[in-house]
Amino acid sequence: MQVYLPIAEVSVNILLLFGLGGLVGILSGMFGVGGGFLITPLLFFMGIPPAVAVATGANQIVASSVSGVLAHLKRRTVDLRMGTVLLTGGIAGAAIGVWVFNLLKGMGQVDLLVRLCYVVFLGIIGGLMFFESLSALRRSKRGGPPRRRHHGRLHGLPFKMRFRTSGLYISAIPPALVGLCVGVLSAIMGVGGGFIMVPAMIYLLGMPTKVVVGTSLFQIIFVTAFTTMAHAITSQTVDILLALVLLIGGVIGAQIGTALGTRLKAEQLRIALASLVLLVCGKLALDLFLTPSDLFELGAGG
Amino acid sequence: MIRALPVLLALALSLPVSGRAEEVVMGLSRDSVAITTDFNGSEVLIFGAVKREAAIQADPPLRVIVTVAGPVAPVAVWRKERRFGIWVNTDSVEIDAAPSFYAVASSAPWDESISEVEDLRHKVSIERAIRSVGAPMTITDSQSFTDALIRLREGNDLYETFYDSVEFRESTLFDVAIRMPASIVEGTYTTRVFLTRGGKVVSQHASTLEVRKVGLERWLFNLSRNQPALYGLLSIVIAIAAGWGASAAFRALKSG
Repeated sequence: MQVYLPIAEVSVNILLLFGLGGLVGILSGMFGVGGGFLITPLLFFMGIPPAVAVATGANQIVASSVSGVLAHLKRRTVDLRMGTVLLTGGIAGAAIGVWVFNLLKGMGQVDLLVRLCYVVFLGIIGGLMFFESLSALRRSKRGGPPRRRHHGRLHGLPFKMRFRTSGLYISAIPPALVGLCVGVLSAIMGVGGGFIMVPAMIYLLGMPTKVVVGTSLFQIIFVTAFTTMAHAITSQTVDILLALVLLIGGVIGAQIGTALGTRLKAEQLRIALASLVLLVCGKLALDLFLTPSDLFELGAGG
Repeated sequence: MIRALPVLLALALSLPVSGRAEEVVMGLSRDSVAITTDFNGSEVLIFGAVKREAAIQADPPLRVIVTVAGPVAPVAVWRKERRFGIWVNTDSVEIDAAPSFYAVASSAPWDESISEVEDLRHKVSIERAIRSVGAPMTITDSQSFTDALIRLREGNDLYETFYDSVEFRESTLFDVAIRMPASIVEGTYTTRVFLTRGGKVVSQHASTLEVRKVGLERWLFNLSRNQPALYGLLSIVIAIAAGWGASAAFRALKSG
């Protein structure tokens, strides 16, 4: 059954889209990730124009983050104050990201930028996760995450704030900077950025693990909502119909994933996710390095 | 006026056969194509007849060419080159005007249908329908960019040639079905039919076909273009509602 997407202007199989949303939903339920970093490249493979895939991906993440953050708010595992600082930086970053995105779109390089970002970040995250879980599985002594070398310097910065939920008393500058970086990536890659935000909050800011996911989801809602707005206004590439089909599949998948996740061993899960991330990264990298089947490409004239 | 009539009639009858003795008329199976949510391409039947007042002239034989052209727009064609091991878009040529969709069908092999000169004049073949004024000075092989445009659009079924595919009966009635893929854009499409004899165009006729998004598709597309802020808000509200609704629904399911 085909469905015609009004903004992407392509006709795609609706069941395939549902399946894609569902699959990513299952993964996000199992691993606690937003899934944006998988949905956007998979949309590329389906023939959705990259600009539309990125903008719509951001919209879809708003839905899954809202769904997730409600559960965390109930458990009081959201540091609203930290979240606000993060999202201030995040929105500024997203604005920069959208600006860069549109600049490169005009230069015909947006495809390359998006793909490069994906290859680099999926490669790093997938690789780190893979080796970390592998060593955890071997039950050898964990080589420990890279400890914060900047810890001393972090305390010397001005604008100190007290974050009660996180039990921290640190300068507002590092969280705002982390937010900024993730905001830029969110706009360029169409992801929530949780997969970068979460390690950054634990290792860079030293936040307790239990509040990290909720706080990350909280700020992702605002940053992706802003990104959606910015893309809708500047480049008109948000496809509501595409987002709707994806998020229905995603929401159902997430519940199945949560149930499945409790039955599997954590290390095996992480290795499976890492392999999947590396697989997507490898496919994208091959497209960049191998000689394309056609050396020419069409862009919008103006 | 009444007295002038016999004179006109006599004039019309005395016209030489090689003049406008053969005229082509055309009809379309539909005058609009609606892009709906389940749109998956469309087929348009183009048919017509040759009006004539004299006996059919057998040699050279009569040929029919049918073209369908989508709205014309400029296109940027990029060429990739390997830089630091990866493939990067480097050179680009701006094609000034290229139809978004172009199909050409003929009742005979191409070189028997129309001469080079007539093709150039009436812009019938795909190559002629594309207008490219000039490439930047740095690019010497601008033709390869035009070729690439045709090749890529042919790959997506947006440019199609069907030689020898127009059904032409008794040099009088013709019909051909043109298939449009799901990726066609909105706009006014022009269908043209050329009647040729010995490579020369003896008669032509043009008609238009409207391709429009309808219903939900039209509404969403217009909203995204005319009221982007409202559209953005709508997509966020839908997303928040769906996220909230889902968690509420599953909580109810678990507790119930």
